[in-house]
Amino acid sequence: MIEVINLSKNFGRIQAVDDISFTVQKGEILGFLGPNGAGKSTSMRMITGFIPPSGGTAVVGGCDITKASLSAREKIGYLPENAPVYPEMTVFAYLRFCAEVRGFASAAATSKVDETLERCFLKKVRYQSIGTLSKGYRQRVCFAQSILHDPEYLIFDEPTDGLDPNQKHEVRQMIVEMSQRKAILLSTHILDEVEAVCTRIIIIAGGRLVADDTPANLKKSSSLHGAVSLTVLTTTPKALLARVRRIDGVQSAVLKTQTENSVEVRIFPFDPNTPIVDRIISHLRQEGFEVSTVFVEEGNLAEVFRRITLNDEAEKGTP
Amino acid sequence: MRTRESIRNTKTIFKRELAAYFESPVAYVFIIIFLLLLGFLSFNISGFFESNTADLRVFFDWHPWVYLFLIPSVAMRLWAEDRRLGTIELILTLPVTVMEAVLGKFLAAWFFIGICLALTLPILFTVAYLGGPDPGVAACGYLGSFLLSGSFLSVGIMTSSMTKSQVISFILSVVISLFLILAGFPPVLDALYGLAPLWLTNLVSQFSFLSHFYSMERGVIDLRDLVYFLSVMVFFLFVTGLIIQNRRTS
Repeated sequence: MIEVINLSKNFGRIQAVDDISFTVQKGEILGFLGPNGAGKSTSMRMITGFIPPSGGTAVVGGCDITKASLSAREKIGYLPENAPVYPEMTVFAYLRFCAEVRGFASAAATSKVDETLERCFLKKVRYQSIGTLSKGYRQRVCFAQSILHDPEYLIFDEPTDGLDPNQKHEVRQMIVEMSQRKAILLSTHILDEVEAVCTRIIIIAGGRLVADDTPANLKKSSSLHGAVSLTVLTTTPKALLARVRRIDGVQSAVLKTQTENSVEVRIFPFDPNTPIVDRIISHLRQEGFEVSTVFVEEGNLAEVFRRITLNDEAEKGTP
Repeated sequence: MRTRESIRNTKTIFKRELAAYFESPVAYVFIIIFLLLLGFLSFNISGFFESNTADLRVFFDWHPWVYLFLIPSVAMRLWAEDRRLGTIELILTLPVTVMEAVLGKFLAAWFFIGICLALTLPILFTVAYLGGPDPGVAACGYLGSFLLSGSFLSVGIMTSSMTKSQVISFILSVVISLFLILAGFPPVLDALYGLAPLWLTNLVSQFSFLSHFYSMERGVIDLRDLVYFLSVMVFFLFVTGLIIQNRRTS
């Protein structure tokens, strides 16, 4: 388990991270979200022991990073932001170096490196120097370095940054495959990624923790949650909207788009958790409207993210 | 308790750093310039053959001045490069202590300079062929030169740890080293004799690389000189460790 306890960091008068606490259990993939400059990387750097915290601490697998830093670092695999690598080294030499530092002796180190090259699809570039590789490969080399010693705790700072969609998919798949036996903390800007891989989300804004919940629950707090989107074949949108608004349980309805012979409307219910789709469709059918598509919205993570993080910045702006 | 791991980690970092010199053209350029410069200064400027003595004094006399400019260029990349590339974040989040990393890097660079120094041995062979130099004095000169290079290097690794710019590291390192040389440079000391009391002049010259190197060059192994060079290295490496420990931000 990774336990972050009242972690804080200030650079001079700037409070980069302000008293954040959370935990990551084994089997969990925790998504660490926040706008640029919110303190994500600084937090991860403290958890991995790169920079000392100004206050609080992180305990990784029972080892306090401020007191038993070496034992904690042994248990962590870390992919720093921008995936730094030594450009003049070959992929093999670089991973071999990491394996030796991680305590694998000569033969064991080589087999460990081979195994990792295989897992990360790097066999082809084994003897190429890292500087000659594309950004995607470089990212993967650094990723390989972090999982080489099969650590229980993985910390990824924007693992898919700069990758193409296929590579992103590959990396996500690797992360999900590993997640059963490990506790994973990953930061990202890509909300689709969070929905695809994370079991829980924390959001940080202005150095403070502003949300800690599952993706599904966060989406429920979206104003779009439970809203019904309909495409109806009609040329009289006003009549349609007026009719819809009179249906029991409907709070409001708005026109989304309009084409020559169809309109798309979004209907917001009073209570997002009571199903109203059936009622709407039967009412419309009675009136002779033809419904071509129906979609019940789960909620939009981007909207929730914007609301939470912008609120916080507004609060901070007022003295 | 951790001795074995410490030795292993230092060795691993040593190997990587040494390989890094030879993976880029830097090592070869450095070796060639080092040898050409020392050869040119000893043979053309000082007249190695004209002096008609079977020793290496004129050769070793140039070492501090060649080191002054060349060693900072070997040392400047040691930490500054890691800072610039961001790999310092990788190194310091591996289960390696700061001191192991500092020592591994330092020893790699020192070993590299040792290789360069070994490549000057043909000069010794030439003298041995032409006359009969005292082997003890020659060995002592090489030992002194190697210790001197380590001292310059420890200054260089310290300045390298302070910045991500290799140029700044180079300049700072040359300035500090120049000060440590000049404190014992005879013209400077002569000027100082007239101005300051004798004890102060002696104290200043005790801090200089030159006074300690000159006595070793003459073939005298004095425990005080060995202690001096070793403590200079320990001091600057320790300061390097403190700087890395406290400035772990990129």
